[in-house]
Amino acid sequence: MSKLLVSPSPHIHSKDSTKSLMLDVVIALIPAVVCSVVFYGWQELMVLGVSVASCVLLEWAITKYMLKKPSTIGDLSAVVTGILLALNVPYTTPWWVVFVGAVVAVGVAKMTFGGLGQNIWNPALVGRVFLLVSFPTYMTTWSKPQGLFGVDAVSGPTPLGAIQEGLMQGSTVQELTSAYDYKDLLFANLGGSAGEVCALALLAGFVYLCCRKVIKPWITLSIFATVALTSLIFWGVNPARFTDPLFNLLTGGLVLGACFMATDYVTSPMSVWGGVVFGVGIGFLTVMIRYFGSYPEGVSFAILIMNSVVPLLNMWFKQKKFGRK
Amino acid sequence: MSKHTFSIGGVHPHDNKISRECALEQLPLAPTVYIGVSQHIGAPSVPCVAVGDKVKVGQVIAEPGGFVGAFIHSSVSGTVKSIAPRADLAGRATTHIEIAVEGDEWLEGIDTSDTLITTIPDDAKAIIDKIRLGGVVGLGGATFPTHVKLSPPPGSKCERVIINGCECEPYLTSDFRTLLEKGEQVVVGAALLQKAMGGVPCTIAIEENKPEAIAHIREVIAKLGYKDMEVMVMKMMYPQGGEKQLIDAVMHRQVGSGALPISVGAVVQNVATALAVYDAVQKGRPIVDNSVTVTGECFPRQANLLVRVGTPLKYIIDYLGGIPADAAKIISGGPMMGRAVANLDAATVKGTGALLFLTEKQTRRAPETHCIRCGKCADACPMGLEPFLLNKLSKNADWEACEANAAQDCIECGCCLYSCPAHIPLLDNIRVGKGFALSAIRARAAAAKAAAEAAKK
Repeated sequence: MSKLLVSPSPHIHSKDSTKSLMLDVVIALIPAVVCSVVFYGWQELMVLGVSVASCVLLEWAITKYMLKKPSTIGDLSAVVTGILLALNVPYTTPWWVVFVGAVVAVGVAKMTFGGLGQNIWNPALVGRVFLLVSFPTYMTTWSKPQGLFGVDAVSGPTPLGAIQEGLMQGSTVQELTSAYDYKDLLFANLGGSAGEVCALALLAGFVYLCCRKVIKPWITLSIFATVALTSLIFWGVNPARFTDPLFNLLTGGLVLGACFMATDYVTSPMSVWGGVVFGVGIGFLTVMIRYFGSYPEGVSFAILIMNSVVPLLNMWFKQKKFGRK
Repeated sequence: MSKHTFSIGGVHPHDNKISRECALEQLPLAPTVYIGVSQHIGAPSVPCVAVGDKVKVGQVIAEPGGFVGAFIHSSVSGTVKSIAPRADLAGRATTHIEIAVEGDEWLEGIDTSDTLITTIPDDAKAIIDKIRLGGVVGLGGATFPTHVKLSPPPGSKCERVIINGCECEPYLTSDFRTLLEKGEQVVVGAALLQKAMGGVPCTIAIEENKPEAIAHIREVIAKLGYKDMEVMVMKMMYPQGGEKQLIDAVMHRQVGSGALPISVGAVVQNVATALAVYDAVQKGRPIVDNSVTVTGECFPRQANLLVRVGTPLKYIIDYLGGIPADAAKIISGGPMMGRAVANLDAATVKGTGALLFLTEKQTRRAPETHCIRCGKCADACPMGLEPFLLNKLSKNADWEACEANAAQDCIECGCCLYSCPAHIPLLDNIRVGKGFALSAIRARAAAAKAAAEAAKK
């Protein structure tokens, strides 16, 4: 000891760091990543690789050459964005489309605002929606899972897409949903984005994050509850026109969105009640877009819309202060 | 066993009570002690001895400098060598009385025997006066003069005395050892405080990580047969021993912003203070020493020492084998709220409860990164504040907004900075905002008072 350190209290720190939290999110995503690779095969692995690599490289290049600041890729947030973006696109997406998605996600939605913590919208979702609007062909040519060792690639619409189309052709919802076994939805057997296919793997990751106290469950639970309740009302009134609650909970990116995208720290409210209102908004908008919108799937839009009102929610919903009314 | 805790926030640092098995031991007398005149909150005391005077242990050497003030007694016997400014723990120059130690002769009238006196005097006023004469101050950290706390302003009434034995700061074990080894005296001290407040009920709050102390104090209460006194087991959670948090946990009442505990009928005293009350009232023995935990993973010899007030830190450290090579920071107090020591020549004060040695690895702050808006600081804040917001407002020097967002309520417990994954120095910045908010509030109060007086004339 040569000299004494002197600084204000506290003198110790918890083990949490941005990196450790992001690492937990990556760990929580592993079941879903493994599932999607098993079900979709090596093509999915390529999508994941391209997405993660380009997100990390882009952030590194932007901090180094444009911002001329120390690199921030060490916090692993770019890895999380990369995985989430990959889980949000079909496994058949060409590598260059994935790269464009990464440019929009990291380059536009994240770094232009100043990097992690400064962005208003969830970067992976901005990337996904950009691709959905710009490359509808690639983004809507869904293929039924062919499996890691499978050969028959069967092209088909996602459950939600099929129903939207079917309804336009005059079929009733009962006829259309009878084609699906709900167990398949839970265990992943249907066409969709990689991350849409295995609800169980995603829920396992969600439970992990809650147990590790990385996130609180309220946002996710309020989304699920709102989707269930809203679709229950519509379905109860007209089961021929509107899909049932369970179908809505298990299809599309709902589980992925509710567990991993809506709970993103940066773009969700700070307080518990703010989070509940945020979740209710996402759940309601999702069902409305699915029932009445021109896109079959609404989770991405619903989350991005609610992202925009987070500053307001942070202002309105504050924790009760000690000894004050 | 039902466990009680406060209602908002809190963190769970590892408790690291590595010195819990070390029994209290007497530190040999230092050759020279330096007794400061500002050992408590309030006006500094005024020395009443002169250079060259012979003093005995327990003799008054400085008198209170105001209503919120305390007597200071000589902790040793010997000769006053100087009365001059000297750097304290933080390096600030304050007046110290230097005494060269000669023998260990106590003032007549002080009962230095171990006989336990359990009879409680009837006169509450007399108890409080003896506490005042004993120079007793809150030893939980704030060092607020105890007799002032026990004299509630007119209109307020105490409904419960709470003895704070939470010791929620990691590493600290001196209160735990005191409860175990001097439990009888602490319980009698609690009974004296009950009496002083008009016979109100008393709760002794102890955190669950001290089961031996909980069992022992329950036994002692049963043995001594005091009425309306109970042990409450508290959940292990920081800052359980924060005054406002403890009242919330025990009485389910929240002390308002800027208000005193007495406003909700509570008087909180630390375990060490209860012991000092016993000594002062039953034995006529003022505060001349206090128990100090010396600890840290890098420190070779853990100890809970009885240290005479005014002992230089260097003397204590040398007695235990010197500063370890890998120690980077020495803290007076716990790791969450203690103060880093800048000056090893500084002497202990009544409120010194611990010397903690941390290595650079344990205490080094990681570089600050962007706020990721995780809200962990707001979840951790036991006052329900929004540290992320106060941090920004402070940095922007928006003091009005700091006050509007209750920066003045901050108790500086450190939970926000402890839990921030981006390592933002939240509390460092909030302290600045708190200071400005408090001074604005005080300035307004002073102006209102002046205006009211002007209107009277």
